[in-house]
Amino acid sequence: MLSKAIQFIAHRPAFPAAIIITACVISVSALAGAPKPDIPKGKGDRCVEDTDYMRKNHMELLLHQRDETMYRGIRTKKHSLKECIDCHAVNDNTGQPVSHLDSKHFCVQCHEYASVKIDCFDCHASKPRAQQAGQRL
Amino acid sequence: MKEMLHYREIPGKSAGYYAVLAILGVLIALGLGAAYYMEHQGHHVTGMNNQIVWGMPHVFAVFLIVAASGALNVASISSVFNKKLYKPLAPLSGLVAIALLVGGLCILVLDLGRPDRLIVAMTYYNFKSIFAWNIFLYTGFIAIVAVYLWMMLERRFNKFSKPVGFFAFIWRLILTTGTGSIFGFLVARQAYDAAILAPVFIVMSFSFGLAVFNILLIGIYSGTRRPLGDAVVERLRKLQGVFIAAVLFFVTIFHLTSLYATERHGVMKFILDGGNVYTGLFWLGFVLIGSIIPLVFCLLNGFKNSARWLVTASVTVIAGGMAQMYVIIIGGQAYPLDMFPGYEVSSSFFDGDIGSYTPSIYEVGLGAGGFAFAIAIVLAGVKILRFLPLSLANSLVDPHYHSEERSEENETAAGEQARA
Amino acid sequence: MSEQKNQIDEYRRSFLGKGAALAGLATLAPGVILHTVARAKPADEAITGKVRWGFLIDANKCAENCDACVRACDEENGITKFGRPETDAQWIRKVTLRNKQTNHTINLPMMCQHCAHPPCVDVCPTGASFKRADGIVLVDKHICIGCRYCMMACPYKARSFIHETVTDQNPDVPRGKGTVESCTLCVHRVDRGETPACAEACAKTVEGPAILFGDLNDPNSEISKRLASEPSTAVRADFRLDPGVRYQGI
Repeated sequence: MLSKAIQFIAHRPAFPAAIIITACVISVSALAGAPKPDIPKGKGDRCVEDTDYMRKNHMELLLHQRDETMYRGIRTKKHSLKECIDCHAVNDNTGQPVSHLDSKHFCVQCHEYASVKIDCFDCHASKPRAQQAGQRL
Repeated sequence: MKEMLHYREIPGKSAGYYAVLAILGVLIALGLGAAYYMEHQGHHVTGMNNQIVWGMPHVFAVFLIVAASGALNVASISSVFNKKLYKPLAPLSGLVAIALLVGGLCILVLDLGRPDRLIVAMTYYNFKSIFAWNIFLYTGFIAIVAVYLWMMLERRFNKFSKPVGFFAFIWRLILTTGTGSIFGFLVARQAYDAAILAPVFIVMSFSFGLAVFNILLIGIYSGTRRPLGDAVVERLRKLQGVFIAAVLFFVTIFHLTSLYATERHGVMKFILDGGNVYTGLFWLGFVLIGSIIPLVFCLLNGFKNSARWLVTASVTVIAGGMAQMYVIIIGGQAYPLDMFPGYEVSSSFFDGDIGSYTPSIYEVGLGAGGFAFAIAIVLAGVKILRFLPLSLANSLVDPHYHSEERSEENETAAGEQARA
Repeated sequence: MSEQKNQIDEYRRSFLGKGAALAGLATLAPGVILHTVARAKPADEAITGKVRWGFLIDANKCAENCDACVRACDEENGITKFGRPETDAQWIRKVTLRNKQTNHTINLPMMCQHCAHPPCVDVCPTGASFKRADGIVLVDKHICIGCRYCMMACPYKARSFIHETVTDQNPDVPRGKGTVESCTLCVHRVDRGETPACAEACAKTVEGPAILFGDLNDPNSEISKRLASEPSTAVRADFRLDPGVRYQGI
């Protein structure tokens, strides 16, 4: 039973994450004074899914896509982290996209607000490759 | 009047007890600090690199894990082989076994590249990996020995301690086989890739585990001034001697087998006659300090009945055991892979070179911290639960033991133990 | 609904990509590398075991002082160096062999050999080391705990442990501290129908292409034809790991 539960959670990091987010959101909103994050708009008119859906389920989509890409070589762009990063890049004063070390970063804004630590950017690039040489089409 | 064995917690109120715990606490804290620093900076601050991927933490961890299964031997001898003299020692033996294993595993986990992913290691398994089996063997060992301890300590369940003890004994043999096979199944490395490594690890566990047990037993009894008769000391001393000889025998066979195969002459020369740190550690550390010297203490009559000499012998066994682990784990990696037989190989990635390794203070700190943690568990355990008999005087453990003019002394000592 | 639209976009994109590739083929002289581009699979199609990717490396054509493949790999995969050769990662390296009896020297590149029976996959406790259906051996860094047992098991010294924090990764090649990595056969390029960076760079050198990339399962591929007609071997063939990388001239 317990191992089932652990496995359930381990396969779905989103599950505990969702609980934590909910808990944090409740506790933060209880403070009432906490400033809401200023979520930057992405490129284009709309996201690949509804904003509400994305807010709750982006981690599920990313996790699913991660395994599809990793094991099956499926590289569709719709739910790919790389595309999220490209579309939601936030520029600093000099017009360069900021990395996850900057609080203005799209992912970081919300994750800091919700106190949810992610380790995606320990390995993944947190900004588009754009300005570098050798960019491919 | 018939004397009885009474198991009691140690008082653990003396300044000495707290001083020892404080020292262990400092070592544990330093170990945790070292682990934090290594994880934060990345492993480049350690001596480990892409050539020597397992370093000092693994020397400590494998030693402790091997010693853990060996420490259970005392209990096995009592439950499985029905030797009465060992019965009062059995609970402590189980506790030491669990404590050493926990200490070793802590080191291993804290040295991982991503210790934060422990949950992944517990939920994703590749059953072809000996490492994955070992995760079950280790956690299973802790659970089984815990049940075994329960059966031994709860009088109503004493009757079950024999079957559970037998099961624990089989399990520990498989566990050490698994640990040895981590190395034994590495086809690519000439220093390993030998089925005999599993039995080598099993006999090493007998010897190293008993050595740690001896020190803790004698240390705790002298610290609490509980009587410890010659009968026990003498039996442990002989047993330690036999185990040391067995290790020496198996290691000799291992090297002889390897020396017979021309293909392995290079790596054997490197370890046995390379004029390097591994050669020194093998001959001086393992053979001389870790085997021959303690053999003298354990087998010669001049050192009979002496707890002090048994402790000395045990310390040298542990030192020699650590040296042997260093030779096996690090020496085995330092010798280059034979990727292109018949060719001299060179590259910017150190192909063909002897791997260089200098242990960093952080690795040693982590290892020592794990060791300290294991001892701290034992010292805390004997204070909380009734692991140890009030007295292990000869008259109690073996009524037929003929000790000269000692029994009176023991009785007075028994009266004094309350002071500790 | 939007999913469907997106898939159409996807097909459109990949169609355009293929069209561009074909146009490229028509205008460029038929090069040694570009012929694989025509086989690019659509992005939403899963890989299959029908193909098995591999290299045929001709050591006779590998020049002593050339490191084009190494540089191309480092750039493509963002293998940054920290000036600490013992802990810095190397996915591909130039190895010099000297015959102890004859003094004859050979140069060749070594990388992950993408074994059919990879020891790294056998020993990995979590299953992070795995072999894709098309024979590419990879590390799933999401479940790699950094135990380094695979590095102990690999007979080719192909793997590196990331010893320090990595920044500015290539978006296609995630890599970070505390996990093990090795040559991915440029899987992100292969999935696009391109050739691994090392093979592409090698083909542009004067000595000619020493690294040939292709499908070992396709009897009509250039690599299979050459393997069928010319002598070749695998490094430590005696281990019978059936590496996807084969060598000539050793």
